[in-house]
Amino acid sequence: MTRVHVTVDGVQYSDDIEPRMLLVHYLREVVGKVGTVIGCDTSNCGACTVHLDGASVKSCNVLAVQADGHEVTTIEGIAVDGELHPMQQAFHEHHALQCGYCTPGMIMQALDLVRENPTPSEEEIRLGLEGNLCRCTGYQNIVKAVAACASTMETSTTARPERSAAR
Amino acid sequence: MIPAAFDYLAPTSVEEALAALAEGGEDTKVLGGGQSLLPILRMRLNAPERVVDLRRIDELRGIREEGDHLVIGAMTRYSDIVTSPVVRLHAALLAQAVEEVADPQIRHRGTIGGALVHADPAGDVGAPVLALEADLVIRGPGGEHTVPSNEFFVDLFETAVGEGELLTAVRIPKHTGWVSHYEKFVRVKHQWSIVAVAVALQVEAGTIAAARVGLTNMGSTPLRARAVETALQGRPASDVGDACERAAEGTNPPSDLNGDADYRRHLARVLTRRAVTTALGD
Repeated sequence: MTRVHVTVDGVQYSDDIEPRMLLVHYLREVVGKVGTVIGCDTSNCGACTVHLDGASVKSCNVLAVQADGHEVTTIEGIAVDGELHPMQQAFHEHHALQCGYCTPGMIMQALDLVRENPTPSEEEIRLGLEGNLCRCTGYQNIVKAVAACASTMETSTTARPERSAAR
Repeated sequence: MIPAAFDYLAPTSVEEALAALAEGGEDTKVLGGGQSLLPILRMRLNAPERVVDLRRIDELRGIREEGDHLVIGAMTRYSDIVTSPVVRLHAALLAQAVEEVADPQIRHRGTIGGALVHADPAGDVGAPVLALEADLVIRGPGGEHTVPSNEFFVDLFETAVGEGELLTAVRIPKHTGWVSHYEKFVRVKHQWSIVAVAVALQVEAGTIAAARVGLTNMGSTPLRARAVETALQGRPASDVGDACERAAEGTNPPSDLNGDADYRRHLARVLTRRAVTTALGD
């Protein structure tokens, strides 16, 4: 067992875990963040995408020990006081989900994409989501939602920063 | 899928890491960013007794200029290479190829050194490293030595990095002012190259003064397309003739579900022409 200290959605956790434990299993089974889902389990589909120190990663392809001393944000950590994050709201308004299984990863990757490029073109949105698969093939509305959110976040100039450990 | 159990060490210096490797023996694996190793461990294609994680070794990370070379630490992440202004300026081909690796999530984690030592011939880093004639810096119990890229790739998943050794840095001669392009062919954007071609050209007064061409997935290692290089050298940039038709010479491409060897030879010729044309700005 190895001791890890990880901040997840603003809360600090310290746990003894096996070094072979994947970050996604740590988040779901130890911390209880079941909003982050396991899709393909082969690092293809992106459903398990979370942010590690503010950058998107596939949490099935990271060991929990690699997150030791670092900060993780999951889909459960982006709404504030029960109010959906603008990206969640945009997915809701544009019907950007069908079965919804890819949605947690899509939203986390969409946030990464607008962080790096606040005014993406349609093509840039599609490229930015290249590592996220929607098996309902509902990409049209996902792209629309990301574009809509990017433009509102851009005009409000308060693209909500990655939440810190403050909470 | 869960990896088999292993002992985990995260040393904070290269010396400590080398000691951990020496003590662990042959059942030890080095963990860089983990984007190739973790799938292997999860699928249990390999079940090492010990994993040595390099993430705490700061000296292995970063990009710096050293005279007429760029020195990129082995643990430098793909995303840091793609966004580096000095890489764009002096080794644009590397940034162009790394941009095509997998997807943003994997580029946030994967490292140049990890990819090079993993040495998957379908990976996108080998061909530009060959074409840019980089040197690979290796440290082991006996000290440090440097291997030229054309001697680095030994065979499928095998490099000049021996047991108990670590790749610490990639030294790339500055190719300031060269034009370049990486042309990758895949069916699904974020997947491994079926074939890809890395081209860097030095154009002087309308003539191709120097040409370097690297091939991805045209054999058990990344390869140089030397016949194309020779044919391009000295030609006017406005008319490269049939130089790119020689792209498959001397290659031994694999046949698999993505395409047979003949199809890959065809791709190599087509992609080389596209890469040269794009690099020259046509």
